Amino acid sequence: MNSEGIPKVLVADDNAVDRKVLSTIVGRAGYDVVQAVDGHDALEKFHEEQPDLVLLDALMPGKDGFEVAQEIKSAGPDNFVPIIFLTSLTEATELARCLEAGGDDFLSKPYNRVILQAKLNAMQRMRTMQRTLQAQRDEISKHHMQLVADQEAAKAVFDNVAHARHLNAPYIRHLLSPLALFNGDVLLVSQDPANNVYMMLGDFTGHGLAAAIGALPLSDVFYGMTQKGFSLGELARECNRKLSSVLPSGYFCCATAIYLDFNRRTMEVWNGGLPSVYLRKHTGEMYPIKSQHLPLGILSPERFSEDSQVFEVNASDRLILATDGVIESRDESGIEFGSDRLEQIVRDSSIDAIFDNVKNAVAMYVPEDGRDDDITLVELEVVAPDQIVPQEPEPVHEDHGPKDWKFVYELGPNSLKTFNPLPLLQQVLMEAPYLRRKSSAIYTVLAELYSNALEHGVLGLESALKSSAEGFARYYAARAAALEQVQGWVRFEFAVSDDVNQRQLCITVEDSGRGFDFETYVAKVAAQTKSENTGYHGRGVKLLWDLCEEVKFSPPGNKIEVTMSWDRET
Amino acid sequence: MTVSASFDNDAQRLTICIDGRFDFSAHKEFRESYEGTDKGSSFSIDMSSANYIDSSALGMLLLLRDHAGGDHADVEIVNCNSDVKKILTISNFDQLFVIH
Repeated sequence: MNSEGIPKVLVADDNAVDRKVLSTIVGRAGYDVVQAVDGHDALEKFHEEQPDLVLLDALMPGKDGFEVAQEIKSAGPDNFVPIIFLTSLTEATELARCLEAGGDDFLSKPYNRVILQAKLNAMQRMRTMQRTLQAQRDEISKHHMQLVADQEAAKAVFDNVAHARHLNAPYIRHLLSPLALFNGDVLLVSQDPANNVYMMLGDFTGHGLAAAIGALPLSDVFYGMTQKGFSLGELARECNRKLSSVLPSGYFCCATAIYLDFNRRTMEVWNGGLPSVYLRKHTGEMYPIKSQHLPLGILSPERFSEDSQVFEVNASDRLILATDGVIESRDESGIEFGSDRLEQIVRDSSIDAIFDNVKNAVAMYVPEDGRDDDITLVELEVVAPDQIVPQEPEPVHEDHGPKDWKFVYELGPNSLKTFNPLPLLQQVLMEAPYLRRKSSAIYTVLAELYSNALEHGVLGLESALKSSAEGFARYYAARAAALEQVQGWVRFEFAVSDDVNQRQLCITVEDSGRGFDFETYVAKVAAQTKSENTGYHGRGVKLLWDLCEEVKFSPPGNKIEVTMSWDRET
Repeated sequence: MTVSASFDNDAQRLTICIDGRFDFSAHKEFRESYEGTDKGSSFSIDMSSANYIDSSALGMLLLLRDHAGGDHADVEIVNCNSDVKKILTISNFDQLFVIH
């Protein structure tokens, strides 16, 4: 096309008279005309002038029209320039050859002005349409490239927040198989200050970007709260509040949150909307833990329930979690894998083979191209506390911060009912940089002291209840009931002394309970420890002995004083 | 997948019938079926012809519940087959809807 938008037509004919006649007709029809005298000239002019349409004599000396057509078409397959063959041939096979060589139409000599004009117009329409298509195709491909680049960047962010950190810890095995570039499944793992483990498996509504976007606020809340030592219920509550406030109506996150306390050997589970998770004991029993709550992000904070289930666990027990993708996997005939099948594998496998057996069974079940949801499978193993890799403490200047100080903190009944003081106390203590070196031990001791004071002191619960698995469940039910009616108080006193060689943290916890026969109790635990007979209860005191230099009960047993000390770094 | 809706005799309760797979493809049709009703109307979702329901359908049900008055909504889900019922139960949607 020339600068005024008039289409340009290349007329190639070795016969000067024919060429002239044709050029005149084409020119009068309103086109710009370029003439070529033979095949070579036609190709040269084609490249120089870039015509919109080519009229090509079939038979020319040197290069004939067929060759020229082939070269034009192969030179720029994306640039559609219609070719009309000019021919005095009348044989059907010859005419067909014109089209096979790349011609788009043919015109028989002698020329008919009306037909020529109509064909020129038709070809011009084809060319316009082809250009529009091509522009749209280029546009789509540009958008697609942009989309893929955006998604890759978003996926990198998503993977960092959704699957990072403790996923390589020795107590966890997982399989994440995304359907789309990213799926809506989120697996978060973290350790609290005492190095106990929190895990959250979430499955957001839908797939792709919309499903993944909620992972950002969720993981923020998760890592922030778990590292400060908030309880599982508090964590679930805050996740629900956050997601309700950021997700649009109709979007939510099915999730299971778990707290695994390696010291107390308890596992706490809050399940909102995910399929049952399975606790499989190394002794063979299996407990399905059903969803008891709505998914996160639906209920208002007032209606939200923190209620969780607590289980007693032992080393090498496993918890198996799967999103609905596993259960809803379909075989060739469209039949679901189903929760019964999953349950059976978890029950019947030897404890070390559960994860692989489930994984393989799902892989074998689903035809290669039949994945229609996200498949996420996780196994959490109860390991001995010494196998947990502690979180790296941040390097600190130990000489900063307060050096000699004390404070008292007392909780009344209304606080005891709903408030968990541990994150706050831990935070205050960690303001002293030298205490951070022992943050994990301090938190463990604090948690132990507080739960003893609250459960056995104020609430008067008997720890002997916990000596069987059934009693264990009863104990936690009784605890929840007693907490509803709680009367009394718990009082903490903290004091740090700053000696030339040594620093000491002294924690005294006193409660309103009537105390207990601590002398007999301590002697019994000591004897038990010597005989390596660890029952369900009495672990608490042993833990305190391990972590503190001194543990002292005061009569009548409602007051305990522990001292932790360490050498000054010089 | 088709959605059809009709009022009962005294025009108090809108019954929405779901036919086939109740998933994201039903999004527009489902919303349009109740959009014109007054806020706070009563609804029945008839699942007798629904053979599948996914999490985006659960989201659509929540949107309908909001439209019908949130915590004060009167929305019942009726005639669920066992698969559909299982999905609703796992998600504990019986805490939000009356399910028959």
